[in-house]
Amino acid sequence: MSPPDPYLLLDLGLAATILVLALAALRQRDSFTMAVVFILFGLLVALAWVRLDAPDVALAEAAIGAGVTGALLLRTLRHVGGERRDPAPVPRVVAGMLGLSVAGFATLGGLALMATPRHGTGLIPAVAARMDQSGVEHPVTAVLLNFRAYDTLLEVVVVLAAVMAVWAIDRTIDRAAAPLPYLPGVALRGPIAGAYLRLVLPALALIGAYLVWIGAYSPGGAFQGGAVLAAAGVLSALARGGRWPRTAATMPLLRGSLVLGVVVFTGVGIWAAVAGGGVLHYPPAQAKPLILLIEASVALSIAATLTALFLGHMPQPAARIALRKGTTNDT
Amino acid sequence: MIADFLWLGLIAAGLIFFAAGTLGLLRFPDLFCRLHALTKADNLGLALVALGTAGLWATPAAAMKLAVIWALVAVSAATSGHMIARHARRAWRQEDAL
Repeated sequence: MSPPDPYLLLDLGLAATILVLALAALRQRDSFTMAVVFILFGLLVALAWVRLDAPDVALAEAAIGAGVTGALLLRTLRHVGGERRDPAPVPRVVAGMLGLSVAGFATLGGLALMATPRHGTGLIPAVAARMDQSGVEHPVTAVLLNFRAYDTLLEVVVVLAAVMAVWAIDRTIDRAAAPLPYLPGVALRGPIAGAYLRLVLPALALIGAYLVWIGAYSPGGAFQGGAVLAAAGVLSALARGGRWPRTAATMPLLRGSLVLGVVVFTGVGIWAAVAGGGVLHYPPAQAKPLILLIEASVALSIAATLTALFLGHMPQPAARIALRKGTTNDT
Repeated sequence: MIADFLWLGLIAAGLIFFAAGTLGLLRFPDLFCRLHALTKADNLGLALVALGTAGLWATPAAAMKLAVIWALVAVSAATSGHMIARHARRAWRQEDAL
């Protein structure tokens, strides 16, 4: 018998902790604790991806799954109020059907896992054989932005659609009658916060750009870099009490950065078709610059989109925003 | 070989700080004491673990990255600790005024 893998204990502990946290998040009575446990859950799931040798997914999970989603949850809680209303009881028939379908999907998932050859190579040889045509050196980026670029394009469309839905709902609210409140409780203000932002915002911009650039060679890419840039957006929004800048001039710029990723991605895809390769089939010689162009614009769009989702409202003309409360006790 | 034990010792010391910080977070009576425990663990614990890790495995470039990560985490932990404490103190004052 071979000696046991020293990491086995760590992995088992990690898996058990993830299950316990998932249960804890579901059984929590208090919504705030629920959100915090969910963020913790996301961070440990990111660790699990690291242990599964999938650092790309780990980065995305930590940045988007735990970070941005956590911020969204806490922001929503601030908005709807913390008190928990007991949900209406679920009819037994509905609960039974839900339970059955969950059990069914779990069984199917288990069967699929058992049917997978234990030491199979999957699509790895197919990807490896075509890496020289992909334009990048990192296989995950090659799959996401070249071989299966269609999937990634649709993902970018989906996040844009989410912002459109949020803004469409926001449009139905009469802001003249109900101005946006200024939320001093969420404001990141004061000398220490100011110094912190001056230090960290440029660092976040640099790290975001670095993650996009490094995606061509190693783990990183548009979604991870975009999420880091979105963190910068969220911090700036918090610095002004959870609102967009008052200048209306940001509107065309903002709308532009929201759609930039979809426009550039689609444009490159159509250009590739005109150039003779078929939709999204970039010519190998130009693949690298095209992929970098797409990644850079998608990262900007992801950053703008996630920030817009965090703020949850359209930018307003200055007149429709409630005046800031006095900051006399701001010591 | 002896150097390896030195680095491992640093990592172990860092873990002790993390454990102590977690204990403080769970056992201390109020928010300010808990913040005190937590920020110590973040700063010193992470510094020791990062130092040990860099000494054991990292290339010079990776060691630089670890240093930058530690600096960012330390500054963020200090700032968020300050923001939480400030918010809590204000909430207290408002309750006192009522």
